[in-house]
Amino acid sequence: MYAYDEIDRTLINERVSEFRDQVKRRLSGELTEDEFKSLRLMNGVYLQLHAYMFRVAIPYGTLSSEQMRRFAHVARRYDRGYGHFTTRQNIQFNWIKLAELPDALADLAEVGIHAMQTSGNCTRNITADQWAGVAPGEIEDPRIWAELLRQYSTLHPEFSFLPRKFKFAITASEHDRAAIKVHDIGLRLHRNAAGETGFEVLVGGGLGRTPFIGKTIKSFVPGRDLLSYVEAILRVYNQYGRRDNIYKARIKILVHELGIEKFAKEVEDEWLAMRDSALTLDDSDVEDIRSRFTYPAYEKLPHMPEELKKAAHDPHFEAWRKNSTFAHKVPGYAIVTVSLKPIGGPPGDATAEQMDAIADLADKYSFGELRVGHEQNLALPHVARRDLPALWRALDKIGLATPNVNLVTDIIACPGLDYCALANARSIPIAQELTRRFANHDTANLIGRLHVNISGCINACGHHHVGHIGILGVEKNGEEFYQITIGGRADEHAVVGTLIGPAVPYGDVADVVEDLVEAYLALRARPDELFIDTVKRLGVEPFRERVYATR
Amino acid sequence: MTSPLQQKIKITGPSVVTANRTWDGVVIYRTAAGGWSTDLSDAAIVRAADEARALLAESVADDVGAVGAYIAPVEIKDGGSIEPGNLREQIRRQGVTIDLPVPA
Repeated sequence: MYAYDEIDRTLINERVSEFRDQVKRRLSGELTEDEFKSLRLMNGVYLQLHAYMFRVAIPYGTLSSEQMRRFAHVARRYDRGYGHFTTRQNIQFNWIKLAELPDALADLAEVGIHAMQTSGNCTRNITADQWAGVAPGEIEDPRIWAELLRQYSTLHPEFSFLPRKFKFAITASEHDRAAIKVHDIGLRLHRNAAGETGFEVLVGGGLGRTPFIGKTIKSFVPGRDLLSYVEAILRVYNQYGRRDNIYKARIKILVHELGIEKFAKEVEDEWLAMRDSALTLDDSDVEDIRSRFTYPAYEKLPHMPEELKKAAHDPHFEAWRKNSTFAHKVPGYAIVTVSLKPIGGPPGDATAEQMDAIADLADKYSFGELRVGHEQNLALPHVARRDLPALWRALDKIGLATPNVNLVTDIIACPGLDYCALANARSIPIAQELTRRFANHDTANLIGRLHVNISGCINACGHHHVGHIGILGVEKNGEEFYQITIGGRADEHAVVGTLIGPAVPYGDVADVVEDLVEAYLALRARPDELFIDTVKRLGVEPFRERVYATR
Repeated sequence: MTSPLQQKIKITGPSVVTANRTWDGVVIYRTAAGGWSTDLSDAAIVRAADEARALLAESVADDVGAVGAYIAPVEIKDGGSIEPGNLREQIRRQGVTIDLPVPA
């Protein structure tokens, strides 16, 4: 966990007072909506179909049990008893009243939570691998750098009004769980041939209307130069990014139109002029941040404790253990992913009771720490393997032990037309129906890893482009239709999926997904060839034929 | 951004003006009496672009009471009841189409 210092606490508290005053002036009519809109957006307040929506940042996906309990409190006191974890390590409350928002923000500020960087044309919440600091083989904890970037970018005067929003993601593992290739800037910590640690910097990735996979702009930037180098990128973008057309305003369009070589040259020229500036990080800067992260006092524990051996006789426990627990860098411990994808439930939602309960479980079994991943699941990052059976029983009691992590029912879905003012079609009911169709865990396990991602509009909050199966809701003559893509992925081999054919109506989507899965099961070379690999090997044609032969 | 009043108004059938209430965001409809109601059946119905423009203009003028006013299509049923004219408006009126995680 990172502990905020006095500067952070002052900033957050001042922000609450400022927003309280702004809301008061808005409600009295002193501020018009036109004047107020950008102010509320800078505090994560959107207006959706039914109500205001409040988006709160969980920087690099790390939060304490105390912070989770405060989310539960906000959900219960100011909302309708639940919250929605998003694909960018935020939580959203869907029913909050403007008049009560300053109080909600104040309650969150008490535990170091805020809503800065959750909206507007600024740097958004810095996201990271949700297993940061505990993943085996990681170069180092990338959250140190994520926190540096957070401090650097928060309310940055030069970059508060960029052409469009700007998203960073960071990882320090070979396997990318942070989807860095579909971010405006993706950072991968690695070691160069000399054994030095630095960043591969990718730029111009993104989803939305025009999806692009990020391109490597520099293969190695030493840590001391990280801020100056990203500032050079931001400056070039701020200068040349288009402000005349919102659909062409993201950095991905600029990189695409200039070409990565020319863009890189512009950045290099800018960087060389400012490289050795005040932005150069010396070791003490980094150490200062590092020292504010606390890590658990791990015990020396056996890999296969008695408790685990005994529980292995319970097939339900074993199904969950095999699916939801992962290797930890410390022997005797495990990372536990907590699925927020119950069969028939809205992906990513958690009730206040569940939040409180999982906060208690984090205290009991995970040194009081939790994580949020872009897949809209939670994680307990430091669980002793001996405690896994007890944790499983406790999770099961609160409906959070669905053993479907990375399986077909672990669906990423945006709020869609049920909540969102931008959406053209619903996402959640599609996800719910799919989870019911594939509710049998044996079937889901037989299918293996399969990521289904659903967006209710072209803005792609549900990451449909990079789903193994992607589902995009569109509107045709007042009816909901869905375009289906296959073959997308968001990891280190990120690729945008391919459209398989004409959009299908709402009622056909689950049948189409079943057809795709059946085709895959018939076509896969071996039981361990994943859906995504079968699509890569055979292309989309056999899947297209299967889906459209009878339609 | 173009003001709603400067936008070309084209309506193809009966329409209402809807918005969200400023202090809590609740869906509201402009009434013939120049106020707002949370009940669609209280909404003023317009059938021509000029009428719609005038109703939208007075709605937008109430900047303290309402946010984001716009014209939305409705259907007038045989018995005279007013129903939303598309799925989006139906969802705004009736709420989400799914069971909420915590029943109201």
